[in-house]
Amino acid sequence: MAIPRVIPVLLLKNNGLVKTTQFKEPKYVGDPLNAVKIFNEKEVDELIFLDILATPENKKPPLEFLKQVAEECFMPLSYGGGIRSVDEIRDILKVGVEKVIINSHAVENPDFVKQAVERYGSSTICISIDVKKNFWGKYEIHTRAGKHNTKIDPVKFAQDMDAAGAGEIMINSIDRDGTMKGYDAELIKKITAAVGMPVIACGGAASVNDLSIAINDCGASAVAAGSMFVFHGKHRAVLISYPEQTDLDRIFNQG
Amino acid sequence: MIAIIDYGLGNLGSIKNMLKKIGAEAVITSDLEVIANAPKLILPGVGAFDNGMSNLHERGLVDLLNRKVIQEKTPILGICLGMQLFTNKSEEGALSGLGWIDAETVKFGTNDRKFPVPHMGWEYVTLKKESKLWDGMYEKNKFYFVHSYFVRCNQTSDVLLTTNYAHDYDSGFEKGNIVGVQFHPEKSHKYGMQLFRNFVNNY
Repeated sequence: MAIPRVIPVLLLKNNGLVKTTQFKEPKYVGDPLNAVKIFNEKEVDELIFLDILATPENKKPPLEFLKQVAEECFMPLSYGGGIRSVDEIRDILKVGVEKVIINSHAVENPDFVKQAVERYGSSTICISIDVKKNFWGKYEIHTRAGKHNTKIDPVKFAQDMDAAGAGEIMINSIDRDGTMKGYDAELIKKITAAVGMPVIACGGAASVNDLSIAINDCGASAVAAGSMFVFHGKHRAVLISYPEQTDLDRIFNQG
Repeated sequence: MIAIIDYGLGNLGSIKNMLKKIGAEAVITSDLEVIANAPKLILPGVGAFDNGMSNLHERGLVDLLNRKVIQEKTPILGICLGMQLFTNKSEEGALSGLGWIDAETVKFGTNDRKFPVPHMGWEYVTLKKESKLWDGMYEKNKFYFVHSYFVRCNQTSDVLLTTNYAHDYDSGFEKGNIVGVQFHPEKSHKYGMQLFRNFVNNY
């Protein structure tokens, strides 16, 4: 298998960088371009940007910002938030972003994913789903930045996206988001057992050990996290960090 | 000025960004005259093989590239699909490749869940022969890959790098002035930067 990717997820809100807890209480954590420079110096495997207001407020992708980011970054970049058309995908790729992440619009219009894959290839199209456990412990997909419960089963939907040709899928646990209580291993396992495409685990990571569990025990191909890379200590002081490559090689048994 | 050949496929801006970072002047172009005068060429590309070849033909680039690369021995670096176009042919398409390297491009034939296709992510690569492209490289060198097809060289002497994904395959070749890499140096941090530096300074 490829070296598992460890991916900081950066949430954008009105051109600022924020971090949420269970998709609520966005806390301002700094200037996104400054964060990008630091992550570039730390040689992160990949960066994901999600604009959390784009879908709820019906906004266009922040192309000028993404262009600036691409000029600073010598690693793969993904962007998600408010993508509804293949022309928007074209514009995003053109400024130097490698992959687009489709969430709400994939759930609301699965045919769009097929079109996007046909036009730009599997490796460019990443699906993301936000999942929450209901009162009875059943997993359900929520869209529109977690505001709308679709009641759709994430396993079935992930299989549909796999069949539609999506290149990978990111599974974000709303319950674990920002809590730093570890990934939802049960959820990740369910998805990796059901699909052939790479799975990115997201939501809850606090330590290198959490990353190891998602990869080695749950079968994820990549791990994403927010709080772990932007907060430090129990008071959640803002400090950007990223694990040492030697530590990652050790937990993933590489080279 | 290095010519990054624009034939309508792929993310060329990130290559130019990295060249700029290392202080090399480059231009993204499909202009035949600019390409004809360039001391070095980069052929990037993401997408389907036949698309790539027919775009080169449509722009009148095939004859020019043959003259530059084969007769004038201008150094050229192929990246991803660019590398694959240097081979004889691909399982992905019906058109002939440029045929500069005696090799074929074939599809990953794995149904193993552990090795999803496209192959996407970082890999360490193994150097198979001495090369000016590897001056000052690191002890372990990793690069970012995105591809569903890979190159199989017929002449072992052409193989520069190998990578293991389900099996070993040829992730880099070098024959005289012709160099190709399957990965994306422009997205591979200091490893890619050093590779570009070597291509710019040593060829």
